[in-house]
Amino acid sequence: MRNICFYFQIHLPFLLKRYRFFEIGNDHYYYDDFQTRERLDYLVENSYLNANRTISEMIRSSNGKFRCAFSISGVTLELFEQYAPEVIDSFKALAKTGSVEFLAEPYAHSLSSVYDTSEFERQVKMHADKIEALFGKRPTTLFNSELIYSDEIGEVVSKMGFKTMLMDEAKHIMGWKSPNYLYNHSYVPKLKLIVRNYKLSDDIALRFSGIGLTAETFVSWIANLPQGENLISLGMGYEVFGSTQPAHTGIFDFLKSLPYHAMEQQIGFVLPSEISKKSESAGALLAPYPISWVGSDKDLTPWTGNDLQQEALNKLYAVGERVRLCTDKALLLDWLILQSTDHFRYMSHKDAYGTHYDSAYEAFMNYMNVLADFLERVQAQYPSSIENEELNELLKTINHQEKEIEKLELEIEKLKAKPKKSVEKL
Amino acid sequence: MKALMFGWEFPPHILGGLGTASYGLTKGMALQSDMEITFVIPKPHGDEDQSFLKIIGACNVPVVWKENSWDYVNQRIGSMMKPDEFFGLRDGIKYDFRRIYTNDLGCVDFSGRYPDNLIEEISNYEAVASVLAHKLDFDIIHSHDWLTYPAGVFAKQISGKPLVIHVHATDFDRSRGQVNPTVYGIEKRGMDVADHIMTVSDLTRKIVIEKYHQDPRKVTTVHNAVEPLPDVESFKKTPRNDKVVTFLGRITMQKGPEYFVEAAYRVLQKTKGVRFVMAGSGDMMNAMIDLAAKRGIADRFHFTGFLKGRQVHEMLAESDVYIMPSVSEPFGISPLEAMQVGTPTIISKQSGCAEILTHAIKTDYWDIDAMADAIYSIVKNPAMFESLSKLGLEEVNNIKWYDAGLKVRRIYDSVMQ
Repeated sequence: MRNICFYFQIHLPFLLKRYRFFEIGNDHYYYDDFQTRERLDYLVENSYLNANRTISEMIRSSNGKFRCAFSISGVTLELFEQYAPEVIDSFKALAKTGSVEFLAEPYAHSLSSVYDTSEFERQVKMHADKIEALFGKRPTTLFNSELIYSDEIGEVVSKMGFKTMLMDEAKHIMGWKSPNYLYNHSYVPKLKLIVRNYKLSDDIALRFSGIGLTAETFVSWIANLPQGENLISLGMGYEVFGSTQPAHTGIFDFLKSLPYHAMEQQIGFVLPSEISKKSESAGALLAPYPISWVGSDKDLTPWTGNDLQQEALNKLYAVGERVRLCTDKALLLDWLILQSTDHFRYMSHKDAYGTHYDSAYEAFMNYMNVLADFLERVQAQYPSSIENEELNELLKTINHQEKEIEKLELEIEKLKAKPKKSVEKL
Repeated sequence: MKALMFGWEFPPHILGGLGTASYGLTKGMALQSDMEITFVIPKPHGDEDQSFLKIIGACNVPVVWKENSWDYVNQRIGSMMKPDEFFGLRDGIKYDFRRIYTNDLGCVDFSGRYPDNLIEEISNYEAVASVLAHKLDFDIIHSHDWLTYPAGVFAKQISGKPLVIHVHATDFDRSRGQVNPTVYGIEKRGMDVADHIMTVSDLTRKIVIEKYHQDPRKVTTVHNAVEPLPDVESFKKTPRNDKVVTFLGRITMQKGPEYFVEAAYRVLQKTKGVRFVMAGSGDMMNAMIDLAAKRGIADRFHFTGFLKGRQVHEMLAESDVYIMPSVSEPFGISPLEAMQVGTPTIISKQSGCAEILTHAIKTDYWDIDAMADAIYSIVKNPAMFESLSKLGLEEVNNIKWYDAGLKVRRIYDSVMQ
């Protein structure tokens, strides 16, 4: 049976406020709450809540046959908790239906998978914990930020216990192969790969209103695919529903009528975690260099393409190990937020999608000022004159000392107690 | 296509950006194979590059008939103009200009600068234009800047040929809004009579439309470009400990020098390894020296006085940042020159060149915080410096006078139909 695998991504960054260099060292709050919230409110109102309502209705009317997955970054969940808890509730309700799966992704929607593997592992674990806490089920499928995938990343992901990972259809990886099969990692065959059909995904996400797409036509395209191509994976940002494609274009009605037409054509819906049970892998995909889901080149240039971006990323990830030693909560939160891919995208000369800066340079200047302050704070916690290893040892000793002291204190108490007893005996 | 152009300056003897722009534009236009340009300036020095156009000095054109022998004329101005040409032009005198003070040849002694009796010089230039309009063969008249509008208008009235005027600046730019009514009158009349108006930026175009009440269909923007530097390799940055941030231009109200001093003050509060240079001279120079002293940054703030020729490019090349905080700049060619030698630039959003540059930092002229921030970022982040330097150079090398020339040509063609 032919199946559609739908997944939606939600990520909203904390936008940085205008942070001038003379504030470095004085002001440790970096965020433009007003702008962040304005963006959030707009999307919650126009997109997320409406789309959730539509989807819950679809699940109900199809008796749970309509299924889809969500990947919501950790920082976005925090924003929801803070500003729009009703969205969390709405997702919780969806989770209860059992037709919805929540995917794991790096907590900060970061490039850590490319720049800092231990940070990547930490963030994925953090995110999985958060998802489990909120929605009751630990994810087994990974959606890496911006669908970044390479053999190396896949290997790490598999080691962390994930069974399935999502990736995009990049011509240089796929070659003649169709995206509509299940694949596996090139040398860790137990990690299954679901390839996004980017043409059909973009037909909804980008071209929907332009070409006047109807659910019937869309489903007929899928029905007319060559035989054997049984897994059609459609991934897009959730804001497509109601924002990129505003409500008046009829996007919600389109979504609502999809299950009906699909069932008419004997097409089902499937969750990423169920696929590996349902279908066999068609073969291995070799991806020596990381790919993403942006642009026609599907590479990392929107975030790492120019010198400014490289510089910012290198400076940021250079302190990764050190920050992870810290216990200062505010510092750790800033560390996450500063890693969001958005900040680097804004520094792109040619593809600064969603930017609120006038130019790439302005984005870079502002970010670097913030980063300078952040680095000073890290430095204040652990001066860079101490090597990481040495620091590690020292920290170990300190931690041990605490335990040691505790142990000794216990002993003292015991000893104090004993003499009393012996006195009584006497 | 034969164009008769009226200008005021032509390199190498120039006083402002007008001469540079005139040179670049005509050179770019001369690349069109059927373009013949005659360029009139008040007073040539004889060392102008005439390989691609013909220069006529208004000071060598007779406006009052005086009898002179061939030999005498040859001896007087033979190096600038052939006596036969002189006598030919003399036949073009159709009006009585004896009210004008002329020399022994019947010519006017132009200063070619911006003297106190500028208005008189402009009207004398108009007289010269009448003689040329009667004698020369041309298809179109092109006037550069307000000083030459009356000449262009008169030439149009005599010859009936179309007139295009090239607005390099308006009095609104020069005076921060306090316009001189006489100058405004001259500008307005030129624009009213012109068949088409070219402006060096959209900013200027807007002023022309709004303040001079011109029909938007008649006004087109032709952005300036920059001549490639032949000896660009010879300009090097000498290694030094301190970073250098440079302001270069006339130290006048229009250029916003005080914002530069204030931005410098802000940067120096945070870091010491930066020096600030104010190159050029002007009526606000002393006030700026005072201001720098008052802010207590005089030890890191330097004045060079007026720079010319090669010194300009040397200064730009030695700088780590070039900054132009102009309050109102119709175009502003110097940031492009800085980019040619690989120096990152910060320009005000109120300058015309901001419209065509991507790899330059743009701030509002009054936003000294943003300016200071940009300076700090460039001197502290090598990646920022490298990016702006490398991509800026690439960008500026693609801004060619040839393309601007083609745009002008299309305007010529359209007004001649």
